[in-house]
Amino acid sequence: MILKGRTIFPGQICGQALVSRMGISFYGGVDPETGMITEAGHDLEGQSVAGKVLVFPIGKGSTVGSYILYRLKHNGNAPAAIINTECETITAVGCIISEIPCVDQIDIDQLSTGMRLYVDAEAGTLVVVE
Amino acid sequence: MHLTPEEHALLAGERGPATQKAMQILATLGRIYGAECMIPVSSVQIAGVSYDNLGEAGLAWLAEMASGGGRAQVFTTLNPAGMDVEDYADLGISEAFAENQRRVLDAFETMGVVTTCSCTPYLFGNLPHFGEHIAWSESSAVCYANAVLGARTNREGGPSALAAALTGRTPAYGYHLDANRRPNVHVQVNARLHDTPDFGALGKSIGDQLQSCGLNRVPYISGIEQASQENLKSFCASIATFGGIALFHMPGITPEAGLHAPPAEQITISQHTLDTAKSSLTNATPDEIDFLSLGCPHLTLREIQHIAHALAGKQVTREFWITTSRPVKGMADRMGYTEIIEAAGAKFATDTCCVVAPIKGRFKALATDSAKACYYAAAKNGFKTRLLSFDDVIAESTR
Repeated sequence: MILKGRTIFPGQICGQALVSRMGISFYGGVDPETGMITEAGHDLEGQSVAGKVLVFPIGKGSTVGSYILYRLKHNGNAPAAIINTECETITAVGCIISEIPCVDQIDIDQLSTGMRLYVDAEAGTLVVVE
Repeated sequence: MHLTPEEHALLAGERGPATQKAMQILATLGRIYGAECMIPVSSVQIAGVSYDNLGEAGLAWLAEMASGGGRAQVFTTLNPAGMDVEDYADLGISEAFAENQRRVLDAFETMGVVTTCSCTPYLFGNLPHFGEHIAWSESSAVCYANAVLGARTNREGGPSALAAALTGRTPAYGYHLDANRRPNVHVQVNARLHDTPDFGALGKSIGDQLQSCGLNRVPYISGIEQASQENLKSFCASIATFGGIALFHMPGITPEAGLHAPPAEQITISQHTLDTAKSSLTNATPDEIDFLSLGCPHLTLREIQHIAHALAGKQVTREFWITTSRPVKGMADRMGYTEIIEAAGAKFATDTCCVVAPIKGRFKALATDSAKACYYAAAKNGFKTRLLSFDDVIAESTR
């Protein structure tokens, strides 16, 4: 399966999907040191975004969230790539300053946690490898 | 997106790596949001200043932008820092934190940013006029600038606001364009509003209802007869915190309301909804209160004058922070208000506030007149809260 979306920040990686059906607030919702999702009641609560192809509908919360992505990148616990239904400013800027490949306008209902994905953010495509 | 030859040159790195990164951010945002071109901005306000939020990595990014030759091209001020820059020891801020916070401010200063740290830039000279294009980040100030002043800004993140400062530009999309400033939901308020907690509760009531019905809602709010600058400041903070709202219109009060008719889609805020929102922000008993704070958003001089009159000759019994901007504090000093307030035992926490200072877990329960401060006290710092009127917070402090 190949899904086509829009480039937010370029880059190519292959990784394992971690899929949420909920919005993510990086500021306050993700531990900037460990990459653990800490928001109470979140469907990924207690899971780490580190090294994953992180898939979620849209970012939410404080604009400080962009720096949280940068902190994660700096300490090696950032997602390998981000896939959104709609990428808002916080996630987009976080990906640009942290140089995390990011694609949006993807139908994320077709994706589930554990899938291996090849992300070509330059082309804006996403291939489900297995 | 159309870029001018000068903008292409910035993107190619001809003015150094910092300006190049800044232009990359703006060009990408412009492409994502379908901007046709860049527009000049005349004022910038940058969030992401507290070291508590930035951490070492955020500081590293700012330092890299400073050493990469980034210099502000337009008048730029900062959001609150994690401490009172001049007098932090009395607020329980460690020397190690202070050192790191100063490194953040040094990076901004190197870039030519005015290091006045406040969420109310419009109170001391960073005051755009009607229709002016600006790039601000602090969510309450964005809402105040768009709605109350009629200036035009999107809700910028810290890096995109810095990018606007270093290039003097922002992509022309969102609230910079007439089409996106039209109201799209009519909010009829059938409730009586007296003081700042009422306006804070109204912001939460509207914000809660609009949050679940799509992005970029611009409410047209009927039924408010009058609102002071302080009421509007608190309302903007609350509707931005609870609903992500960046622009509203209020007939008779905000300047663009008269350009529009009320939209067909309508929601109603009853007295019951308002009272429920208000009581939902209180879960602490009076005896649990060990921390009080006024000044979210930062206090006006009029509010400080009022506190000084109320506290004269009295003694506070608990930790009580008076949070404001450095220029307003300067006037309070001159007028003798600072002396009266400090003699009563309350503490000025200038340049900072109870939301961004590193005080997680330090107190049990906060009393404040700010709905926004209640939200962050619970979500960020783990405090219980009690939402009181401005005068009741002062009365509680000496009980």
